[in-house]
Amino acid sequence: MSEGALFRYVLGLADDQLVLGHRLGEWVGKAPMLEEELALANIALDLIGQARLLYQYAAEIEGAGRGEDDLAYRRDERAYLNLQLVEQPNGDFGQTIARQLLYAGMTQAFWPALAGSADARLAGVAAKAAKESAYHFRHAALWTVRLGDGTAESRARMQTGVDALWEFTGELFAPSDDEADLAGVAVDRAALKVGWDAAIDRVLAEATLARPADDWMASGGRQGLHGEHLGHMLAEMQFLQRAYPGLAW
Amino acid sequence: MTEAPNTPRLPLWEVFIRPRNGLAHRHVGAVHAADAEMAMLAARDVYTRRGEGRSIWVVEARHLHASDPDDKAALFDPADDKVYRQPTHYHVPEEVGDM
Amino acid sequence: MYSQGLIRPGGPDGGEDDADALARFQARIDAEEKIEPGDWMPAAYRKTLIRQISQHAHSEIVGMQPEGNWITRAPTLRRKAALIAKVQDEGGHGLYLYAAAETLGIAREEMEEQLLTGAAKYSSIFNYPTLTWADVGAIGWLVDGAAIMNQIPLCRCSFGPYARAMIRVCKEESFHQRQGYEVMTALAKGSPAQKAMAQDALDRWWTPSVMMFGPPDSDSTHSDQSMAWKIKRFTNDSLRQRFIDATVPQAEYLGLRIPDPDLRWNAETGHYDIGPLDWDDFWRVVKGGGPMNRQRIANRRRAHDDGQWVRAAAAAHAAKRAARREAAE
Repeated sequence: MSEGALFRYVLGLADDQLVLGHRLGEWVGKAPMLEEELALANIALDLIGQARLLYQYAAEIEGAGRGEDDLAYRRDERAYLNLQLVEQPNGDFGQTIARQLLYAGMTQAFWPALAGSADARLAGVAAKAAKESAYHFRHAALWTVRLGDGTAESRARMQTGVDALWEFTGELFAPSDDEADLAGVAVDRAALKVGWDAAIDRVLAEATLARPADDWMASGGRQGLHGEHLGHMLAEMQFLQRAYPGLAW
Repeated sequence: MTEAPNTPRLPLWEVFIRPRNGLAHRHVGAVHAADAEMAMLAARDVYTRRGEGRSIWVVEARHLHASDPDDKAALFDPADDKVYRQPTHYHVPEEVGDM
Repeated sequence: MYSQGLIRPGGPDGGEDDADALARFQARIDAEEKIEPGDWMPAAYRKTLIRQISQHAHSEIVGMQPEGNWITRAPTLRRKAALIAKVQDEGGHGLYLYAAAETLGIAREEMEEQLLTGAAKYSSIFNYPTLTWADVGAIGWLVDGAAIMNQIPLCRCSFGPYARAMIRVCKEESFHQRQGYEVMTALAKGSPAQKAMAQDALDRWWTPSVMMFGPPDSDSTHSDQSMAWKIKRFTNDSLRQRFIDATVPQAEYLGLRIPDPDLRWNAETGHYDIGPLDWDDFWRVVKGGGPMNRQRIANRRRAHDDGQWVRAAAAAHAAKRAARREAAE
């Protein structure tokens, strides 16, 4: 097993959580109701907490003296290894919920699987994240049903959200080369798809939404290939650290 | 723009939390939600962020029946004159010990 | 603090209230009894509380915006998480306070509408922009510091639900000020550019924070009834003085200069004296003339309008479920 592979694996997971946590942070002050302000913030905090633990571990694996903030704030888009699904913009509440449903639909199975990793550190992070992602999925599923089977307008918006994000779901189950080097440590992503299909289909059916056809699927996130949104997001997120390098805050 | 006239208001739910096993549920406040499942999520998100909960009850406010404060006199019987309900009213000889 | 521009001078306007009932009510207050939602209360007590509690709630909600403005640009992961948690708490405080006001017979939607139309006000401190990251520190240190001074006495307010909500708020508030001061400390002890950023923020936020406590006691004739009913427990000036006395040494520790040339320690009184405050400017901002008034309300309106279809969907789904349950029975 190469150190590089483990570093990149953990970094990719950290990037997934941070990018999605950042996106949810953009909802603060704009949520459809006060209770949802608190819910979205809770999810964002869970994700950022997971990201921090993973960045800290990645930095230790690398052993080059970088810390969590160096990794988060001083890497460019091509060095970010997150899945493309999480970098998609929030859109309206329907699209945000769709992104949550599709992503948490995966993590609610991914983290429990990673809790069995031969890497004790990853197993520890995963055990905590498993509880959190179970809640994230429940929250997303409840909202998907209410928006899908609510009004005509809410169904249309929810369907549009699911349709728009479907092309990013293929990547959730595509194993990377690094994962192939990490048997026993990494999760077999492809094996998660069957469970994900069942969970998503169940929610979509109850929500009276149509499952989009599997067509072309986006890929490349784990190789640092992203769409055009991530650059803008990182520019905003990293501004202070880039403008004032090397300072404590 | 005001809320469309035919949009029903989301009902109010009173929230009760049991912080630890062994304690009773306590009223902590209220949330607005369309249904019980959403009320439960909201209660968890709003009232247990600092680990305050083992069990959550949510009750739609309209199902909560409260006594009328003006009925205090009738409803809450003053126990002052029913001393036979208090243990101190009864004498137990010292030789018998605690009871 | 949350009653700016609302309480009219003069006595209670519940002219129909029976003199005996009023006297009995005052006796309960004087005995430090808590008034609960179903209890008899003068119309003016109910009205004042609804306005004060709802404006306090509005302040928390609008207060999410100035700091929320820096969540996406927080310079470290730890600061990012702490800031999200702080702003989330403010939303939660608004929620507790709306719930407390609802026990007095007003619906949350009605209060939200009052905020959007301008019929209800919020603390004017939030009408200023957060121009730099240091503003986030200054707000936590000064604005939360001032709010805490005001909130602790409210935990003993005569109205039960408001007092209980405030106890919860005060418990959660403790990290907010500390977080802000920690941000200021890091900047003040940092690079020259960071120190200048901190000084600049203090220069802009000091005076508005001092004015958060409201007009001087000599101008606040309407306070008497609120004090008699134990809705307000300390005067504006006494709270303001307490805040200044606590904060000046904190600024000295940071090595930052408070932007008041007349600020000086008064050995006779044992307090700090400050220079004159421009109350005309204060009222101008309260009435809509501040840099961010329009935008704060526009943002609330947009969030409200954008969320309309979501709330409608939730209600529609609940109605469908209820109908299906009935049909099945």
